[in-house]
Amino acid sequence: MTAQSTTAGVTALRVRKETNLWVDAFGRLIRNRAAVVGGLIVICLILTAIFAPLLAPRDYASQVLEDNNKLPSWMLLIFPSTKPYAQISNDYPIGADYVGRDMLSRIIYGTRVSLSVALMGPLISLLVGLVFGTISGYFGKGVDNVMMRFVDIMYAFPTLLLIILLMAFFRSTTQAAVTGTLRGTMTAIDAKLGGMFFIYIGIGLTAWMGMARLARGQILSLKEKEFIEAARTIGASDMRIMVRHILPNIIGPLIVAETLAIPTYITFEAFLSFIGLGVNPPTPSWGSMISDGSAALRTYPNQAVFPALALAITMFAFNFLGDGLRDALDPRMRGTMK
Amino acid sequence: MGRYIVRRFLWMLLVIFVVSLITFSLQHAVPGGPFDREKKLPAEIMANLQDKYHLNDPLPKQYVDYMADILIPHITTKDEVPSLLTDALIKIDIGDVRIKWMNWGPSYASRSRTVNDIFKAQLPISAQLGLLAMLVALLIGVPMGILAALRQNTVFDYLGMGVAIFGVSVPVIVLGPILIWIFAVTLGWFPATGWGTLKQAVMPSVALGLASSALIARLTRASLLQVIREDYIRTARAKGLAERMVIIGHALKNAMIPVVTILGPMFAALTTGTFITEQIFGIPGMGKHFITSIGNRDYPVIMGTTLLYSFFLVAANLVVDITYAWLDPRIRYS
Repeated sequence: MTAQSTTAGVTALRVRKETNLWVDAFGRLIRNRAAVVGGLIVICLILTAIFAPLLAPRDYASQVLEDNNKLPSWMLLIFPSTKPYAQISNDYPIGADYVGRDMLSRIIYGTRVSLSVALMGPLISLLVGLVFGTISGYFGKGVDNVMMRFVDIMYAFPTLLLIILLMAFFRSTTQAAVTGTLRGTMTAIDAKLGGMFFIYIGIGLTAWMGMARLARGQILSLKEKEFIEAARTIGASDMRIMVRHILPNIIGPLIVAETLAIPTYITFEAFLSFIGLGVNPPTPSWGSMISDGSAALRTYPNQAVFPALALAITMFAFNFLGDGLRDALDPRMRGTMK
Repeated sequence: MGRYIVRRFLWMLLVIFVVSLITFSLQHAVPGGPFDREKKLPAEIMANLQDKYHLNDPLPKQYVDYMADILIPHITTKDEVPSLLTDALIKIDIGDVRIKWMNWGPSYASRSRTVNDIFKAQLPISAQLGLLAMLVALLIGVPMGILAALRQNTVFDYLGMGVAIFGVSVPVIVLGPILIWIFAVTLGWFPATGWGTLKQAVMPSVALGLASSALIARLTRASLLQVIREDYIRTARAKGLAERMVIIGHALKNAMIPVVTILGPMFAALTTGTFITEQIFGIPGMGKHFITSIGNRDYPVIMGTTLLYSFFLVAANLVVDITYAWLDPRIRYS
């Protein structure tokens, strides 16, 4: 009796003391103040994106033309130069844009675009990079050589040019798309998402190379290990070894790399929307809002400054969180570059 | 070393070849042509235009012709009639013979300019912007990184890393409008747009270079921190060398190797980054031409710009690889 309960007690004690990589990492992450702040901001942004219809005072697309460029009265304190000509209206918390749409509502809805890119960009590039890198690293030799040379070539492609070309390709084929075909279905999805679907694909197709290299490198060092040898000896198939034995061991560094890449994906979307190849109007993206606002920078600086601040805060939050996550998961990397 | 350079050079040619192939396929996969208008052109005119620019040829032939025009030198006489179709970027006159090389083709959208003209007029501007941004990145990044490393965990360190995080987090489309608003609209120190004077160059170069300076600062700091713990630095100190000499003469030289290697990819990022910066600051560089050329299906301009940028990218990487191999002999033999 007593012996049994002691054993149980010891086991319980062990369970409590048992830590793993993730628990340790979480502990370190919590102690990193900048990362915690970043994480909290990210959580707020996610909530904003989900509850945008409840938070936004107005509809993001409805235009009241006579209200165009209106400013609330407190804005005159920050932008005194607007005083001589500005129409004052406290109906709009941070003003209305050039066609009389509520800026605050558009910024709130714009969270959805940036955050969905922050989610889908990593997912797609991780998927493509992982599959590519795993196959290349696992089979090695000739396959590896050819596949990695292809990655090298893709690396040499100016990413921004390629993504602009791809977006132009997607955007103009949509007009010719027939419903029912693959292209037609994709176009329908894209239209439903306000033009974001092709942005995900464009980012995914141009950002997977780093992941492929990382995955391959991890696999090369893993596949000679005894436990893979053991799995092969008992007759596990290539597919099973890759999915059940290799994948769980390499996913950690890949997730960290993707977290660090999130700000890059957000910037890509903002760049594309800025030059007019991103979301379809009237879907609000911070990039397109900055673009519209820049045109009126001299007269109504608020129209560019507020979306720019939203974008900058989001970038800060993801950078702090990503840095903290990397430090927490790999303390040796602390203080080095990305 | 010679063999290494040759191998890398051949690799570079292959990369550019594949890039040209991908771009060519992609631009022709986009529906519509360069002469489609809202109001359709009469069929005869359309046919003539298609004929003139050989747009009815099979695509492989168009591709080969295009590449041949660029790569194969063309020999004519000095008194040949100039034509937009046979213009060339490089012309050398030897006596009565004229050797022409690199015919990048006509621009379909602007009927009076060739791609060569666009390169000649706009490329220097983009290159100046890219180089100035790189200068800004180095001038801010390296001293900041050194200061942060030497005064580790002091206010300098935190300030430096704060600026670094700021640089990484604030993309040029955010920094650009804010800089214009503060320094052009409110304070009136710098002109908001244009290119040509030093004053006009300040804001775009800072906006574009700041993110890279952050990267350089972080890299310099990490690398220098690692180096100053090495034995040979202790030896240098032990023999009584002044601290300044230890850092400048011994530590910095080795600490700069990682920084040198990142200059290639950074230069590439900066040259493509000029696209957005040019849009914000109204700079007449290559960026606008690329973006409008895609909308116009202006095939020679799309091809020319992409190939040129890829060439810069790959060449920058080649220079870095060679520098690196020269600094670290182990690389040559792998």
